[in-house]
Amino acid sequence: MKKIAILGAMTAAGLSAGVASAATLDDVKARGKLNCGVTTGLVGFAAPNANGEWEGFDVGVCRAVAAAVLGDPAAVEFVPTTGKTRFTALASGEIDLLARNTTWTFSRDVDLGFEFVGINYYDGQGFMVPKALGVSSAKELDGATICIQTGTTTELNLADYFRKNNISYEPVPIETNAEAQPLYLEGACDVYTTDASGLAATRAAFENPGDHVVLPEIISKEPLGPLVRHGDNQWGDIARWTLNALIAAEELGVTSANVQELAASAGENPEINRLLGTEGTLGAMLGLEADWAVKAIAAGGNYGELFEKNIGENTPIGLARGLNAQWTEGGLLYSPPFR
Amino acid sequence: MSTISDPPSGSFQLSMLINDTRYRSYTFQFIALILLIMAFAYLGYNLLANLQAAGLNISYKFLGEPAGYDINQTLVDYTSQSTHWRAAVVGVLNTLLVAFLGCLMATVIGVFVGVLRLSDNWLVRQIMSIYVEIFRNVPVLIWILIIMAIFIAVLPQPRDFRGEDAAASMVFGAFAFTGRGFYSPAPVFGPGSSVVVAVFLASIAGIFAFRRYAKKALYDRGQLIPTLWPSLAIFFVPSILVFFVMGRPITLDYPSLQGFNFQGGIFMRNSLIALWFALSIYTAAFIAENVRAGILAVSKGQTEAAASLGLRPGRIMNLVVLPQALRVIIPPLISQYLNLTKNSSLAIAVGYMDLTGTLGGITLNQTGRAIEAIFLLMLFYLAISLAISAIMNVYNNSVKLKER
Repeated sequence: MKKIAILGAMTAAGLSAGVASAATLDDVKARGKLNCGVTTGLVGFAAPNANGEWEGFDVGVCRAVAAAVLGDPAAVEFVPTTGKTRFTALASGEIDLLARNTTWTFSRDVDLGFEFVGINYYDGQGFMVPKALGVSSAKELDGATICIQTGTTTELNLADYFRKNNISYEPVPIETNAEAQPLYLEGACDVYTTDASGLAATRAAFENPGDHVVLPEIISKEPLGPLVRHGDNQWGDIARWTLNALIAAEELGVTSANVQELAASAGENPEINRLLGTEGTLGAMLGLEADWAVKAIAAGGNYGELFEKNIGENTPIGLARGLNAQWTEGGLLYSPPFR
Repeated sequence: MSTISDPPSGSFQLSMLINDTRYRSYTFQFIALILLIMAFAYLGYNLLANLQAAGLNISYKFLGEPAGYDINQTLVDYTSQSTHWRAAVVGVLNTLLVAFLGCLMATVIGVFVGVLRLSDNWLVRQIMSIYVEIFRNVPVLIWILIIMAIFIAVLPQPRDFRGEDAAASMVFGAFAFTGRGFYSPAPVFGPGSSVVVAVFLASIAGIFAFRRYAKKALYDRGQLIPTLWPSLAIFFVPSILVFFVMGRPITLDYPSLQGFNFQGGIFMRNSLIALWFALSIYTAAFIAENVRAGILAVSKGQTEAAASLGLRPGRIMNLVVLPQALRVIIPPLISQYLNLTKNSSLAIAVGYMDLTGTLGGITLNQTGRAIEAIFLLMLFYLAISLAISAIMNVYNNSVKLKER
């Protein structure tokens, strides 16, 4: 009976890893590495650079969490996931954190058993077409062939949008962004649709980005954020407050350049002191070291630095801050207070 | 005293379950069965307990909810407001369509190549060997991707058909071969067309009856009735006559370039064609080997005997060798059909929405019901495979050696 029990345990392990190891924090510490799910390659958000190192906006979140927990921003094992495989990877425990421009929806949060820890990019679904087609609005797309990434919310938004406007289209389901690019460029589809940020990133990778236009319509709300499994609240808190720390750091003027200096001794601003652990015991409450936020911010900079470095206006992707500016500057970024 | 022949008399005792050789094997088999059931029950219980602990439950309610996504190729009515179950049905039909077309084409190519591999012509033989070795030894997924890539790169896109000096033009003004698929005229059935269709079906039945009659005449009386020309006549003449008598009720709807794409006519998507073609030529390479093996399994004496009776080579193949070879070919052919059907689940690589793409892809992803969807998927494929197997076994029984 013992053998059967072992066999059974092994079989169930694959399905229940998330349950058996409720304390993700302990697992990550024991492993010495954070398993972080990212895209299979979307320039600016998560893609390997020329040296094979992953970099990007989502990658920055992974590195910040790794730095906060393990003290080393390089202690991350990046697991590329497709739109289809990402949730299974997270639910099965293959990854500890999913930072893959994933839209926060009710059913994913409630029904799929995940916990979105915040929003790191406010996005919306858009359309990209070749300039030569002469299309200026999404409403003119009647009868067009449209490439969509399968297993994403864009699929559902698209169906809703065309039904609402009573126009027809021909969907071409594609697994990954990389597969969609040649299909779109060869003309197998007239239109490529995904989140506007993804369109900008994809277009930036084209040989002649100027030959393609992103249509003005944004047909959905796509709040993108990192997520963890339901049921491990401590781990969820760590991910949530690491993201908040990056956002708060920008608001408070803490950057990767001055963070060490500010953390050396308690300064005049009590909120900065609490954030950087020179005052209070916020780190201990999370089960981390007092300087967890210092390491997270030093890893890649605060939210604004990550944005500018990876997807900002001075990068080939060239996204404006827009909704993603701090609340003090007319955006939606608003970190709860650190106290 | 003979102790061997006497069966132990008296009532059944419990110890006999172990000590009596008549019961012992049953005892152990029963114990093994109990252990097996317990093992599976344990695994099942473990699964359910862990799912519950993870806050997940097994429920098929999602099948009744609106799917919310669109599918490009639907053989039955489907909109994004249809249920997930309906989407699964659309997927099943798409799977069956490509499997049916694939099996058909694979058999035709396979038999052709298999026979030619035994050709007396050295060049033909070598070319066929190269075909078999290349296609059999490269994974089918690679073939699907290669064919799709060539398809999209080589053929013109609809936009190339546009303008005064267009880079591409339609063939006979009726067929358009584009990188997105093939467009051809579609028949439009007007009033009275049912008569034409009925006559057409009747003439097909007539052809079979005629051939049967010709065969019977040959076997019974040795009378050789020509079949080709009468068959063609039966196929065309009555239908065409009725078509004109009824006042041409069937018209053609020609595809034409409107907006982004061609509209009207019959549209075969590039994904279907690429998948169909890739599965066919891949499986055909295996079928060719089965056919070759089957033909080689027929003793050479048969061929020589038939030749000595004065039969021509074509007739020897059709009347003597192939009927006997079929007995050897059919069983492995069934397994090739099953392989082709299961390989069609690679369809998502080219965006063909088969069962794996709808139920096992988008539905699974949007509802998050992975275990339920995968279980249902297994069930569907099992049912399809068993059905194909059953149909082919009926055929196998009809051609196998009748033992009396």
